[in-house]
Parts: sequence; C-alpha cells; structure tokens
Amino acid sequence: MFCYNIFLNSNKDRIFNYNSRRDKRITKNFKSSIGFVISLIAVWFLVYFNLERLASALNDITELSSVKDGYARSVEFFIFEVPKVLMLLTLIVFVMGIVRTYFSPEKTRALLEKKSLFLGNVLASVLGIFTPFCSCSAVPLFIGFVEAGIPLGVTLSFLIAAPMINEVAVILLFGMFGWQTAVIYVSTGLFIAVLSGYIIGKLKLEKYVEEWVYEIKSNRQESEEEKITFRERIESGYIAVKDIVGKVWIYIIIGVGVGSAAHGYVPEDFMAGLMGKSAWWSVPLSVLIGIPLYSNAAGIIPIVSVLIEKGASLGTALAFMMAVIGLSLPEAIILKKVLKLPMIFIFFGIVGVGIMIVGYIFNLIY
Amino acid sequence: MLEIKVLGTGCARCKELERMCFDVAAANNITADIQKVTELKDIMSYGIMQTPGLVINGVVKLSGKLPTSSVLLQWMKEN
Repeated sequence: MFCYNIFLNSNKDRIFNYNSRRDKRITKNFKSSIGFVISLIAVWFLVYFNLERLASALNDITELSSVKDGYARSVEFFIFEVPKVLMLLTLIVFVMGIVRTYFSPEKTRALLEKKSLFLGNVLASVLGIFTPFCSCSAVPLFIGFVEAGIPLGVTLSFLIAAPMINEVAVILLFGMFGWQTAVIYVSTGLFIAVLSGYIIGKLKLEKYVEEWVYEIKSNRQESEEEKITFRERIESGYIAVKDIVGKVWIYIIIGVGVGSAAHGYVPEDFMAGLMGKSAWWSVPLSVLIGIPLYSNAAGIIPIVSVLIEKGASLGTALAFMMAVIGLSLPEAIILKKVLKLPMIFIFFGIVGVGIMIVGYIFNLIY
Repeated sequence: MLEIKVLGTGCARCKELERMCFDVAAANNITADIQKVTELKDIMSYGIMQTPGLVINGVVKLSGKLPTSSVLLQWMKEN
C-alpha cells in the first residue's frame, strides 16, 4: 500500500512537472528501501550463478565453440570473465560502501588511542581494511593520528594496510584464483602491516617526522555525531558503486582483454623462466619493479593472472602485485610532506622486505 | 556575514565542494565570503582527518565527503 502511494505521488509530480526535486527524492527513497535492495541482490545471485551457461549459450549462437583456435579461446574467456568480475566487484563495493558507514577515521583514532604497541599495530591494520581511506587524505590522517598521541609505528601500520588490502584487490583475487588466494592475500597483507609498523615503532624514528607536525595544535571539535539511518547507509553503498565501479570498469575490461589475448596466444610456460620458482632473484626483482609502478588493484590483477597462467609462480606474482598497490612513488611524494627522506626510505625498505618474505614463503609452500 | 571555508589541498572533490558553495550561494542570492584553505597547517588546525572539509562560521560541518546541495543550502540559511 505504502509503495503504491509512492508511485502515485511520483507520477502526479511528473505529470504536473512541478517540484522535480521531490520527485527525485521519492525515487531515491524507493531505491534505498530494504525490499528493493534485497530483490536486487536476489537478481544478482540468479544472474551470477547462471553466467557460465549464458556465456556458453552465447558462444554456441556465434558458433565460436566449434572452432578451437587461439582467437576463439580468447573470446570465450573474455565473454565469461568480464561480466563475472564486474558483478563480483559491484556487489562487494556496494556491501563495503555500507559497512564503511559504520567506521570513520575519527572512530578509528579513538579506538587506537592509548593502545599498547603490538596490540595497537594489529588493531590499526585490521581497521585499515574497513575505515574509509583515500590516499589523497593520507597526510591529514597521519597528522591527526600522530597528534592524538598514537605511536608512529601504529599509524604506519594503518597507512600500510589501508591501501594494500582493499576490497577491489581481494574480490578480484577471489574471482580469478578462488577464495584461498583471497584469504592468503588478506592475511599476509595484515602480517606485513603489523610487522612493518611494529619494527618502525621499535626503531624510534620520531626524529624523522617533520617538526611542524608536532607543533600543530588543532582545536578538535567534537562534530555532532549525526544519526545515520539505514537508508542513508544503503545510499552510501550506491554512491560507492557509482564512484568505484564507474572508475575502474575500463581497467577491468582492458585488463581482462589483455588476459584473454594471452590466454589464447601466449605459450603456457612463457613466464616460467623469468618469474618461475627456480629463478630465486625473481621475487626481489618483481618488488623493485613494482614499487615505482602505480596502478589501482583493478588494473594490475588481470595482468597478474596472465603472469601466473603463463608460468610465473604465485609468490612472485603476489609480491609484484603487493608492491604495485601497496607502495608507490606518488604515495612517497605525498608522505614526503610529513616524513623526512630517511624515514621514507626506511618505510619503503621495511615494507618491501616484508613483501619479499611473503613472496618467498609462497613460492616454498606452493 | 556568512563565512565559508573550504579546506583542501587540491583533490578533485575539494574543487567540487568549492564550486558547489559558489553555485548554491549564487542560486539563492546568499551573500557569503567563500575562501579556499590550501595550507596543510591551516587545514589541520581544524582537526579534520579527511579532505575536503567544510567550515561555516568557524564550525566544521563536514569532512571527507560532499554534502547534497539542499543540505548545503540549509546550513547556509541557518547561519
């Protein structure tokens, strides 16, 4: 009955063409109603689990499945993989968009104040996954944490975990290599963030932070904690999807496109000699190449998938990926505003070594 | 006199927020002194941890996200 009324109202508005803002608000309200979201998710599952059938049906129609040359295999891979990855991404970004409304840098900071060193590092790394974070805000965040008396090492644990363990990276690993790889990525990422932050904390590097950071005295205003309704949280989910998926879809198509081409054409063991297990130097080399490179997770993972398929070992490929998303030149330049040069080198050095250790461990296990 | 400060070092959303303030003020005939604060030390003195930040008559209204035009207008009218 309620829904019916909404429709009636919005139609009336449209007919008389007045109060268009109200009209917009009504459709928005409808979109963020729980019932609508649940039905959207139901449709999502229905499509997702029939995707393989749909893709092969499409291949049959176009008679691609009867030819088995490189071109056909590439196209087949592309047709199935692109919608699969995009759908996974949309769902997880939506869910994370809602989850993130329960977290904020202010709350995270309050949780981290007066925590002992090791516990603080663990907590900071975990919170790094859920707290909304944009690398453009890395500096204000750094200052805000340090000024609140949170130890340098704990702050850096947060700054390592936040960009490296992001939902795009995790979901793409899940979609392309299975849940085990995704879990491994998250846990090793946490491990690196905790350990690097802890070591930096023990090294007592406070002298390498620019002095002016300690001089800032902010009048921290307790901004009135507005009550967020669940509808507004759902709206945040939509905004996140529009923001993130709207930005990265093109990288995914390009990335999967490159991947598909390689799937059909490049010989199986092409990368084995260069990035395989037997080449011990491949891990440090991948990290060294990865650090100056900067890409978002969406752009890099399809490339990683090709590397692995063509004979690169998982450890080497993961190390490369972590170095690309976790450490980057732009980030170093941003952090240079608050950290002195030796500190930047120590920071990148420790995290880089941590990534290499993870790479070697994986190459040993698998 | 309504005094609005947009805090941000130059990220895309900071510019967007500044533009929004001008647009909303102009569209509703509100006289306001709109300033952009780009110096990191000054930004941090307001205690925000995410940019952009919006300060109206000395009170931090928001940080890390964009307001809707209607909310922005409401804030301007309240002051």
